[in-house]
Amino acid sequence: MTMRPIGEDDLQGLVDERLEAARQREVEAFLDDHPEARARVERLVALRAEMRAAFAPVAAEPVPARLNLARIVEARRQPPRPAWHAMAAGLLLLVGGAGGWGLREAVSPVPTGIEALAQSASMNYAVYAPDHTRPVELVATNRDEIAGWFSARLKRPVGVPDLSGAGYRLMGGRLVATPQGPAGLLMYDDGHGARFVMLMRPMSVPGDAPMRPYATASANGYAWAQDGLGYSLVGAADPAILHPLADTIRRATAKAI
Amino acid sequence: MTDMMRLIEPLIPALRRYARALLRNPADADDLVQDCLEHAVGRWHQRRADGDARTWLFAIVHNLAVTQMRRRARRGAHLPIEDTAEANLAVAPTQESGLRHRDLMSALDALPEEQRSVLLLVTVEGLSYAETADILAIPTGTVMSRLSRARDRMIQLMDGADGTVPAKRPLLRRVK
Repeated sequence: MTMRPIGEDDLQGLVDERLEAARQREVEAFLDDHPEARARVERLVALRAEMRAAFAPVAAEPVPARLNLARIVEARRQPPRPAWHAMAAGLLLLVGGAGGWGLREAVSPVPTGIEALAQSASMNYAVYAPDHTRPVELVATNRDEIAGWFSARLKRPVGVPDLSGAGYRLMGGRLVATPQGPAGLLMYDDGHGARFVMLMRPMSVPGDAPMRPYATASANGYAWAQDGLGYSLVGAADPAILHPLADTIRRATAKAI
Repeated sequence: MTDMMRLIEPLIPALRRYARALLRNPADADDLVQDCLEHAVGRWHQRRADGDARTWLFAIVHNLAVTQMRRRARRGAHLPIEDTAEANLAVAPTQESGLRHRDLMSALDALPEEQRSVLLLVTVEGLSYAETADILAIPTGTVMSRLSRARDRMIQLMDGADGTVPAKRPLLRRVK
């Protein structure tokens, strides 16, 4: 009977106690004939024990309260915000401050993920959309220049969606600060003075996040993530207008990337 | 929901241990685990139906940690081990084991990031080679070669280059 030659993977397997009994006997026999390999394996076994011992106390610590899973699940079960189609504009004005986004802020003072993104977008909308003098820093004459600027600062390729098909003109963009780092802010208008902004920045978690609506007292928005890049659209327009627009942008960026 | 609690909750101590081993700072590590749990709770229904909860959660922690370490490296905020407050170390060293512990941590710090994660997942977390490959999204063969390189490098750093000289701090400092 010929034995498979002993390889490096067998030695690692022996160190990690992952070998089948028969193979383990073969490897042991090999080490009996090769004292140098035996010495190395023994040192690796000792290293393994040392590393396990060094970090074992961490897993034995009591789990801090903020990592209590029941609490995390509970925190997510906020009173659900009413569906957009059921929410008339007048109702929105009445409950905007107390319900929706306002309440979430009160409950979770430091938003994370999509919520943090949505909050940054609303804040920047509130500052730049009403500005008459300089709403954007780089005007829309060169779409590629804006895309290049954002891509360089966000450290990943970013597209500038064309919404002229939906009746919206790109005014331009600017780079803005968020607690999570730089973000690109694009501004569009409908030719009648109504503006909206779209904020883009890399998310700390890769992958996609489903689109979620949110509202402040004066604006509505949608936020989502696509391939690790977060998007948030904010405007004063009715959700019935913003939602299809957000879908258009999501389709456009999906194709671009 | 109860299914999720039952599967995730027992893994939290191990997730904390892995995050701590990677980031070293206890507060940063727990922040990371909290992010991971929030993410997991929100995305529970989106995970692969046939997938294992443990590898899924470790992958989330790993990806969050890598993002944070790269951000930290860009900011230049990496703490050299000599300057790290005792409270920031994984375990408060006892008098006799203190030096040994420091050598271990210094050697771990000196490993390239991709070798360190393989070594920690296999050795400290006791994950199989296949599970480790799954978490890091690399082939099992790559896990094996990184594991072998990581271990030899650790020994070299801790025992001295020729394997006989006991650890010398100037040597460690030079390879950093």
